Amino acid sequence: MSSTATPLRPDNRPPLNLMGKRGRQRSEEVIRYALIACSLVTLLTTLGIIGILLFEAANFFADIPVWDFLTGRTWTPLFAGTQQEFGVLPIVVGTLMTSLVAACIALPIGLAAAIYLSEFANERARSVLKPVLEVLAGVPTIVYGFFALTFITPVILKPIFPDIGTFNGLSAGIAIGIMAMPTVASLSEDALRAVPRSLREAAYGLGATKFETTARVVVPAAVSGIVASFILAVSRAVGETMIVAVAAGQSPAGQSGASGSMFDLMHSMQTMTGFIAYTFSSDVARGTTAFYSLFGVALLLFIMTFAMNLASQWVTKRYREEYD
Amino acid sequence: MSSELISSASQISKAEYQPRVSARQTIGRIWRWVFFGSTALAIVLLGMLLWSVIGPGWNWLSWGLITNPPSRFPEKAGMNPAIWGSIWIVLGSGVAAFIMGLGTAIYLEEYAEKGRFNDFIQTNISNLAGVPSIVYGLLGLVVFVDLMHMGRTLIAGVLTMALLILPVVVISSREAIRAVPPSLREASYGLGATKWQTVWNHVLPSAFPGILTGIILAMSRAIGETAPLLVVGGASQVLWRPDGPFSTFMVMPLQIYNWTGRPHEEFEHLAAAAIIVLMIILLLMNSVAIGLRQHFSRKARW
Repeated sequence: MSSTATPLRPDNRPPLNLMGKRGRQRSEEVIRYALIACSLVTLLTTLGIIGILLFEAANFFADIPVWDFLTGRTWTPLFAGTQQEFGVLPIVVGTLMTSLVAACIALPIGLAAAIYLSEFANERARSVLKPVLEVLAGVPTIVYGFFALTFITPVILKPIFPDIGTFNGLSAGIAIGIMAMPTVASLSEDALRAVPRSLREAAYGLGATKFETTARVVVPAAVSGIVASFILAVSRAVGETMIVAVAAGQSPAGQSGASGSMFDLMHSMQTMTGFIAYTFSSDVARGTTAFYSLFGVALLLFIMTFAMNLASQWVTKRYREEYD
Repeated sequence: MSSELISSASQISKAEYQPRVSARQTIGRIWRWVFFGSTALAIVLLGMLLWSVIGPGWNWLSWGLITNPPSRFPEKAGMNPAIWGSIWIVLGSGVAAFIMGLGTAIYLEEYAEKGRFNDFIQTNISNLAGVPSIVYGLLGLVVFVDLMHMGRTLIAGVLTMALLILPVVVISSREAIRAVPPSLREASYGLGATKWQTVWNHVLPSAFPGILTGIILAMSRAIGETAPLLVVGGASQVLWRPDGPFSTFMVMPLQIYNWTGRPHEEFEHLAAAAIIVLMIILLLMNSVAIGLRQHFSRKARW
């Protein structure tokens, strides 16, 4: 290809008018605004969520004082008449207990898996274990619910705790833990891998063993990412719905008659998300206080998960170690 | 002088420093097995999960499960309406989230100036990704079902699901666009192309495999989501496949939820069979995503 000085194009049409870009510029502007409109959808979604939760919850708090809601110890919104009470504590405790069980499983196992994959595993082990974790992460939560109800409770827990109920908080918590474990493993592994090699080499140079290097140098260096992954996993456990809807039961702990404590993991233990799901599978009448109580619960749930997500982002930013 | 120093240093080390190398290495070996055991536990758990589903469900797999409508009689019950509902929900929300998500990603990566607004949108999107899915259900219920008078219809489900998977699509598309080297853009500008021409003709084709992988993964999340559709669509049985955007709908995970909740054991087995079908579909979608990624990554190299 030789360059030619003549501006004529091969078919002798006049040279391209590169100055006449009016049309192009106008369409550029149109496209720019269309793209801005797209990115406003995410903003509107956030505003919409906060807006409807506040607005509808206001209907609820017009009937039930906020303080009574937050401190009441009896939760029977779907009961009739004077038996109806809106003390949210039992289902908040249900959420916290199942999430605690989940955390006890997801955090240590997830972190150990992350350490193994990042520090110890060879390529062959990784090529088997990584996909297994990815599959576990991709299993729909309803399947974990089924697993908790039909396997964890009868096959694993029943022999250990003979008087455990068909629906119980423990099996749901375990299933949530299994579901959240891959999140911890994958995010923590990313954090561990980001620790530069030179730190490990320096530790080896000082005579540390592989485990000492991992435990005293690599893990502390990656702690911000690890903690962020922990918070994110707990936040997912708190927001998880279908597992508890299937396996945890439909009355709050301590109200099913079998036992008196709202911390009882062995019997039916309704959580905040479980309550919302149960209400929709039983078709509550619109416009009643019971219906609006959904939004009171959802607002509380949103605040809890939102705070945890912000905390996770803050930890990542604030405590990140910058290398090279 | 120097030899004195060395000898005194070695005396100190003899007195205070005990290497205990073999003990320390034994501790390390034990921990190594603990770490390995935790990771291998994932395989055991996956095995138990699959076994608990395939065991009761295998004998209940039949064409009737795919072609029949739900029924009171477990041996005649199928989930044909739920399969169609899932297909429409996944395709509809996938297309909607693809358009909005890609638009957002292009704007944030190529147009927006780095600054407060960009950071704010970014924080907002990562927060949205952490909102519990059931809260999206309530958003859909109030905004689409009630305020926009759509009713508990397919279109309300599609839009709710689109908002739910939007953050995933945005995040993965941004990563794909960011991976396109700046030199490609500069070459395009150098030839006189406008911003959009550069994006459309050069950035998007190069980023396409990553974008596609992201959208398929988002769709495989959509197919398993239950909670928001329980809120938007309700849990009552639907006997017919959806015949338009304003018909009632059922999706596979909701059908599974419905069957799991029943007292008869046969329905539990039916739920297990339905889970097998759902997992096979998920596996296919994920293999397509992986296959596409590998196919395209072999072609594009810079």
